[in-house]
Amino acid sequence: MKSIAAISAFALMLGSAAPVLAQSSKVPEGTKLAADQTFTYWMQDDLKTLDPDLSTSKDGNDVLQQMFEGLYQQDDHGNLVPALATSYEVSDDKKTYTFHLRNEKWSNGDPVTAQDFVYAWRRLADPATASQYSWYIELMQVKNAHDVIAGDKKPSELGVKALDDHTLQVTLDSAIPYFRQMLVLSSTFPVPQKVVEEYGSDWTKPENMVVNGPYKLKSWKIGNSIELTKNDAYYDAANVTLTDLKFIPMQDNDQALTRYEAGELDFVQTPAGQYPRLKKEYPDAAHAPPRSCVYAYRFNVGPNGPEALKDVKVRKALSYAINRDIIVDKILKGGQKPAYTWTHWATANFKSPDVAYADMTQQERMDKAKELLKEAGYGPDHPLNLRIMYNTSADHKKIAIAVQQFWKQLGVKSTLENYEWKVYLDKLNGQHDFDVARTAWCADYNEASTYLDVNTSWSDQNSGQWKNADYDKLMKDSKTAADPQEDYTKAEKILAEDMPLAPIYAYSLPMLLNPQIKGYPFDNVQLNWYAKNMYKVAK
Amino acid sequence: MIVYILKRLAIAIPTLLVLIIASFLLMHTAPGGPFTSERAVPPEVLANLNAKYGLDQPLWKQIATYLWNVVAHFDFGPSFSYKDRSVNDIIAQGFPVTLTYGFLSFIAAVLVGVTLGVTAAIKRNSWLDYLAVGISIGAQVLPNFVMAPILVLVFTLSLHWLPGGGWSFDDPRFWIMPVIALSTSYMASIARITRSSMLETLSSNHIRTARAKGLPKRKIIMRHALKPALLPVISYLGPAFVSMITGSVIVDVYFTTGGIGKSFVDSALNRDYAVMMGITILLGTLTILFNLVVDIVYGWIDPKIRY
Repeated sequence: MKSIAAISAFALMLGSAAPVLAQSSKVPEGTKLAADQTFTYWMQDDLKTLDPDLSTSKDGNDVLQQMFEGLYQQDDHGNLVPALATSYEVSDDKKTYTFHLRNEKWSNGDPVTAQDFVYAWRRLADPATASQYSWYIELMQVKNAHDVIAGDKKPSELGVKALDDHTLQVTLDSAIPYFRQMLVLSSTFPVPQKVVEEYGSDWTKPENMVVNGPYKLKSWKIGNSIELTKNDAYYDAANVTLTDLKFIPMQDNDQALTRYEAGELDFVQTPAGQYPRLKKEYPDAAHAPPRSCVYAYRFNVGPNGPEALKDVKVRKALSYAINRDIIVDKILKGGQKPAYTWTHWATANFKSPDVAYADMTQQERMDKAKELLKEAGYGPDHPLNLRIMYNTSADHKKIAIAVQQFWKQLGVKSTLENYEWKVYLDKLNGQHDFDVARTAWCADYNEASTYLDVNTSWSDQNSGQWKNADYDKLMKDSKTAADPQEDYTKAEKILAEDMPLAPIYAYSLPMLLNPQIKGYPFDNVQLNWYAKNMYKVAK
Repeated sequence: MIVYILKRLAIAIPTLLVLIIASFLLMHTAPGGPFTSERAVPPEVLANLNAKYGLDQPLWKQIATYLWNVVAHFDFGPSFSYKDRSVNDIIAQGFPVTLTYGFLSFIAAVLVGVTLGVTAAIKRNSWLDYLAVGISIGAQVLPNFVMAPILVLVFTLSLHWLPGGGWSFDDPRFWIMPVIALSTSYMASIARITRSSMLETLSSNHIRTARAKGLPKRKIIMRHALKPALLPVISYLGPAFVSMITGSVIVDVYFTTGGIGKSFVDSALNRDYAVMMGITILLGTLTILFNLVVDIVYGWIDPKIRY
């Protein structure tokens, strides 16, 4: 061991990165590493917080999962792997989980204990914290979460407790089969109680911030960059190869592409429609892995929606008439797939059920659509007029124009309504003031219920106010089923029959990744990546 | 003059107050709130958020509390969207960046603009005049959202001389493109104003008299023509200076400088009332202040205007 250290020190003195390679179990033997182990990552939006209990965005999660370690992480394929939890037991009624924690230290040298989880989860639910993601702990079914968030019970009554420093016990209100999958999100990470209490909201400033993950905060300049550097106090620091991470926020993809081409970024999402060209120009760098999000048009069947959409025949006709292949192949051109069911096709342990209209040709779908619309009583004498609502974005506009043309073939006249983001959200979820609205959903965890729950009558996301008792029952039953897949299949079939929304395409992530960067998990549909598993090879 | 300055300062306070109250009311009438998000927030969570940020209080109380915090504690409150940053933090981080490239842009715009304008006026109808006017028109028709990508294509992608974005106080390579992008259109305006004002001054009686007295051309221009010719330029420079040092959204966004201009626009889009108010007050104060400075400089240049 001593000799390895000596060789390492000698080689480092020579400016070679080879010793890192020798020490990291994640780098294949014989790999020549780059001297500079920096990974510069593009983010669409500026990060709004570095506090795990307050974070609400995917970009936030990307950064926080480099700085913190929760109970579980995902491997390259999206499967659950232990992080701080080395093992667990679950009670027979599947309502009590007992996690055994690894010996780990915060970057200030303090031990990470089960109490840090208890503190973080109570803080997440505490009304005084006012976390916009506190609903997540309710979604996890942690006992009393709803009452704690509503202020009807004290945070100390939340169903989480530390049995000792390294044993965490969680009690659920009702069993859910995917509970452990949910523990990957940054909202469930531990936070250092002592530091948070000492500095308040300033605890995430670079000079104060204490973390338990492989990287610690170096700087955070709003609108400019977030820089992380390797945390030597991390228990597995010897196997961490990338030394520095930079996150650069840039709203404009074209500008980000220019910076990638200038060698200033290692990762960028390609601008819409440019993926085929970039794949030709950068065959080693261009990828389009599946991303667990689905794009759809939601029909308003609630009191504010038009009478016509309350008729399932009309909804089906409108959905059938959408030529998803044209949207995917001619407009988006980035590896997306047409969607006829709501749950993303690559979701873990989920197989999209066969729905009749998916197997038809587009001509057959269009013929059927015309027939259905006629049956519903709409035609030249009684034309159907609809509004299509979308938020400001070139892609949404292009898709809306295409859909408008598809519906025109049915004799449906539609007008486009473009709103600024917050106004759009207000109309969609607040006032339910729309006929048809573009919507999308990205998985919170890698399991089908994250999609299907959205359509339950009690969901806050059910902006079209569709209600179906059978569907609700299936989703309720799925929570306690030994194998919920059967319920999910039935639920998807109800969606295809009742068509409260028209799924349009399943996302991919068309991207350019510097070919020198290795270890990016292309097969992880939630695109949860951990820089500690990645490395940069020499040119 | 001192009385005038004091009077102007006395007017500035109610002006700011009206600005604050009007902005506050306007913000709250805009549809969508700071916590409106794609993931619809359950009512109990929304209630917690509103309580934490005081949005559950009547509007008059919110305004009164806000004013008290600003006046008594110079505290602009917590940002609604940057959850663990205060408005003071955001301004303290972004404003020095904006101030740096804004001030440099101002200097560049004035130096180049005045030189071009004066040269064009003195050498009227010569190739130098045409060149100066041509540059001005060219600069005017190239707004900074066009200029910025062109600069990056040339200096970053083709020549590899400058970084395509980012910011560092220690490395001037990061300053060059933001300064060029921001200063160009101002420079063009200054050149055009200077040229026409200079031409007008050169044809005035006191210059004719100076020429008749046989004064050297250089002396006529520097001592007798330039000062009065700059009056309209100076009235343009006041607001121009404020808009340059308070930042350009395009420059901030395109070069990811981290300046305050982007924060201002983001705050409007995010309905981050606190950041929006903080930056509005900053801009309002600077506008009032620099208009006052312009008036003082006016008086210094032209004693006839003194109050």
